[in-house]
Amino acid sequence: MPYTPDKPKLAESTDELRARIPGWGVDLDPRDRPAVPRERFDPSLNGAHWEFPERQPEKWPREMSIEHKFLTPVFGTSCPPRGLSGMIRRYSYRTYSEGRAAHWLLLLAADRVDAVEGTLLSFLTRHPDNPLTETGVLSEFTHHGLSSRLRGKRVDRVHHLIDPVIVAAPWVLAGGVAYLAVRRVVRSRKG
Amino acid sequence: MRAMVYRGPYRLRVEEKDRPTIEHPNDAIVRVTRAAICGSDLHLYHGMMPDTRVGMTFGHEFIGVVDEVGSSVRNVKPGDRVMVPFNVYCGSCFFCARGLFSNCHNVNPNATAVGGIYGYSHTCGGYDGGQAEFVRVPFADVGPSPIPDWMDDDDAVLLTDALATGYFGAQLGDIVEGDVVVVFGAGPVGLFAAKSAWLMGAGRVIVIDHLDYRLEKAASFAHAETYNFAEYDDIVVQMKKITDHLGADVAIDAVGAEADGNFLQHVTAAKLKLQGGSPVALNWAIDSVRKGGTVSVMGAYGPMFSAVKFGDALNKGLTLRMNQCPVKRQWPRLFEHIRNGHLKPSDIVTHRIPLEHIAEAYHIFSAKLDGCIKPIIVPNAA
Repeated sequence: MPYTPDKPKLAESTDELRARIPGWGVDLDPRDRPAVPRERFDPSLNGAHWEFPERQPEKWPREMSIEHKFLTPVFGTSCPPRGLSGMIRRYSYRTYSEGRAAHWLLLLAADRVDAVEGTLLSFLTRHPDNPLTETGVLSEFTHHGLSSRLRGKRVDRVHHLIDPVIVAAPWVLAGGVAYLAVRRVVRSRKG
Repeated sequence: MRAMVYRGPYRLRVEEKDRPTIEHPNDAIVRVTRAAICGSDLHLYHGMMPDTRVGMTFGHEFIGVVDEVGSSVRNVKPGDRVMVPFNVYCGSCFFCARGLFSNCHNVNPNATAVGGIYGYSHTCGGYDGGQAEFVRVPFADVGPSPIPDWMDDDDAVLLTDALATGYFGAQLGDIVEGDVVVVFGAGPVGLFAAKSAWLMGAGRVIVIDHLDYRLEKAASFAHAETYNFAEYDDIVVQMKKITDHLGADVAIDAVGAEADGNFLQHVTAAKLKLQGGSPVALNWAIDSVRKGGTVSVMGAYGPMFSAVKFGDALNKGLTLRMNQCPVKRQWPRLFEHIRNGHLKPSDIVTHRIPLEHIAEAYHIFSAKLDGCIKPIIVPNAA
């Protein structure tokens, strides 16, 4: 009880815990815990045979945080920036540090633009986006969708119905705006 | 090669992609034999992590066989069966030299606040991940490690993140003998954190979730006392009641950015992306732990701000500890625990799904269907 000096007694003694729980207390001594102490200076332990790694070739101007002194010697090369989303990404990296909300909000906006660009581009290929297969939603029928959602007292049930609306709304809105824009252009040409 | 490819929030598919190539003398190309979907992959899948690009392959939990190595690689060779930590790291920067592999400064040009992670957006370096037939593994002399002959593949793949992270989370709690430890979240990391808390001498381990099937697993696998927060008006008050109103000594947040339990927090963060994450579990941890206690944060959050109750943390004199797990540092001790029978990580695997059906796997895991706790992905070539 916090109102008096002693800690509340545990229901089980150390011996009872050791008998019930496999391995109870084997890491009781902090010296047996690999994350203790937090920092251990020993560069020879890590398999590195360099003080500074050789540099990976930069095949396109790699976007980087302005908090870095220079481009890191090694970096990922997945998905170079492209299209309008790429312009937004480059602007965000060039302009804002990681400490600025604008940096992250612009990157999130670029992600949404990228998704639209990706879908539009997919219609020019033999593999257009298919929301039915790509969302995996058919597993609702093969992996106990309804019974899983109704079982127990899951609190996420309160937003299950609005989840698909939030996911689909941007696409429906974008489709509506595109339809209205095309209709306006067609009408103005006829007029 | 066949690879999982992100198409936008809630959408992904498997398609033909160029096989990765050696881009640096210390690279290796690994043929993936097992991959897993991590709870944090769902943050990418749901479009929460900034700079997640269409076309990226996710997957930071994987093992495989070395297929090709760069000219400077000494420690692994083609044909070696290897496990690869989720951290991409150089082994020699200021942070790696001090054992903080997850904070490496030489592998992520996109951000200084986070190291490199396979398949985890450009915010974490822009590396394709292991939910594919092949993957590029930078610094092959540093990260990958041979899988011991006695270890099975499912145990090995869980060592690349989930088990190491749960074990690390318990360590950050600085548990002393007899401590009361409360773990928020009965997913893979929470289950492993609860199990690890016993190894460190906890006197009582409590696990909180809202999914009964996961709480049942916490009771059977992690020997934990369990509470379904959906059954209580206020889980914090319940935690006080069951600890004689003192609170737990240590609280571990094993939920992260998409926590449920507060409609406003969940929708503004997980659905509308107006916060870096929904800190419901973290706030419960802060309020459930006793004054002077420790909160260990293993749940992943995005780089944006979140509505965390720092006032309570300050006024209670809490120690808040957190980091991405430096995985390889945990391995020697975890190998011993698995070999001695203290831990059997693969007991939490519920689904094994072919790579070609990975879209369904993500949906099942995300929507918590079919009793899913941990899905393993098996590529075609495995």
